[in-house]
Amino acid sequence: MNTGIWNYWVVVFLMMAGLYVVMAKRNYVKKLMGLSIFQVSVIMLYVSMGKVTGGTAPIYVLDGGTPAEGIVYSNALPHVLMLTAIVVGVATTAVGLGLIVRVREAYGSVEEDVVTEQDRAAEAAEARDFAEAGP
Amino acid sequence: MELLITVTLFAFLIWMAVVIGRQRDLFSASMLTGIFSLICAGLFTVMDAVDVAFTEAAVGAGISTVLFLATLALTDERERRPEHTPLAAIGVVALTGAALVYGTLDMPAYGDPSAPVHTGVARHYMERSWDEIGLPNIVTGVLASYRGFDTFGELGVIFTAGIGVSLLLSAGTPELTPGAPPPPPKSRAPYVREMPILRTVSKALMPYILLFALYVQAHGDFGPGGGFQAGVIFTAALILYGLIWGPSAVEAFARRRLVERATAVGLLIYGGVGVTTLTLGHSFLDYSALSPEHPQHGQHWGIFVVELGVGITVSAVMLVIYYVFASRPKKDVSPMRQPLPLLGGACVGDVSTEDAEADS
Repeated sequence: MNTGIWNYWVVVFLMMAGLYVVMAKRNYVKKLMGLSIFQVSVIMLYVSMGKVTGGTAPIYVLDGGTPAEGIVYSNALPHVLMLTAIVVGVATTAVGLGLIVRVREAYGSVEEDVVTEQDRAAEAAEARDFAEAGP
Repeated sequence: MELLITVTLFAFLIWMAVVIGRQRDLFSASMLTGIFSLICAGLFTVMDAVDVAFTEAAVGAGISTVLFLATLALTDERERRPEHTPLAAIGVVALTGAALVYGTLDMPAYGDPSAPVHTGVARHYMERSWDEIGLPNIVTGVLASYRGFDTFGELGVIFTAGIGVSLLLSAGTPELTPGAPPPPPKSRAPYVREMPILRTVSKALMPYILLFALYVQAHGDFGPGGGFQAGVIFTAALILYGLIWGPSAVEAFARRRLVERATAVGLLIYGGVGVTTLTLGHSFLDYSALSPEHPQHGQHWGIFVVELGVGITVSAVMLVIYYVFASRPKKDVSPMRQPLPLLGGACVGDVSTEDAEADS
């Protein structure tokens, strides 16, 4: 039994917490918060894979202008990929929030139930008008 | 000791995630996402990812919390009580979680130096980066030079997101009839501005935060930092100022037209470096072309200029996003139809009752 993988289980829990909020909550702002939690959990997964026991941050420890010998560094590659992902994530979250604001202006609510109900009502009215107009 | 810190932070993180999920007061939930990000930043530091921690602290605890609050000021602050327990969602989450946990059983242990992730191209970066690029911060070297293409693409995504938010929110304000006088300037946020502590701190800290942003920008080659972090910190300082003195105070400093153009300037600087290396007969973004006799110096120059482009675009895009959110008038059924200053409504707490009426 591999006992050194509990960090992945925490990540899985966070991921599922985010997924649950996205699926179960009806409020669009709340859904985006869930999506943020999900995103952080993915970032956490990558960063925790890059950790090396006894290692230090991937910045060369210099000794007289050259890297000192015998120092273990954690893997820099996951850090690079996740660093940009965080900034891209906030930019895309902003797009989502912008959409939510427009939904609120169009429907007067950011609750999924209300929005869907209004959509259905509008569709039904359209179908009725079409039937009344006749061929 | 390190294990204890990790476990404690993870426990806090789980707690925060659960509370955010259960909290129906969205204002509180937004503030908790800031704390959530801060704990994450702590965890990233423990995992040696100082650059990631830096970014997460600036983005998560700074910008994204403000964006959520800005959205709440334009929408509703309370989530409605759900009508039924979402059993299907619980089932899906439990099944997916179980499958993922089963999948982790084959993962290498936490901190295992022989894990597959440390082989291949990652090993090349870790071992050769000093000789090939010559910068102490490996992350900066990989970000701007080895994986310069990736970063260029990511910067393009950020730029596109800025345009998207602008298109969504700066056009079409339906409730303002054409020909009507423009709304009164959003210059009053009385409740926040009367507080002496906030007044003093916002004025006194400004120059230091901006200076720190420039330091992070310039020093990213040697320590944690770089264009992404610097851009976010720079804008976070301006947004902090705007939260207290109103968006118009920030616009007096950084004019909106100028900032909108700056979003493209940064991307063009980045691409321009790539085109320059092309015309010098090397590959796209191969900075060694800038100084053929001494390739490392070329790398240093290229990385510096490229990071500058990243910093300009990230900072400008975040500021544009803040501007469009802050200047958007709130559509409301109440006769008081003037645009709420950002957070003014959230702080006063008079929005929820009006919204409840609007919903019914």
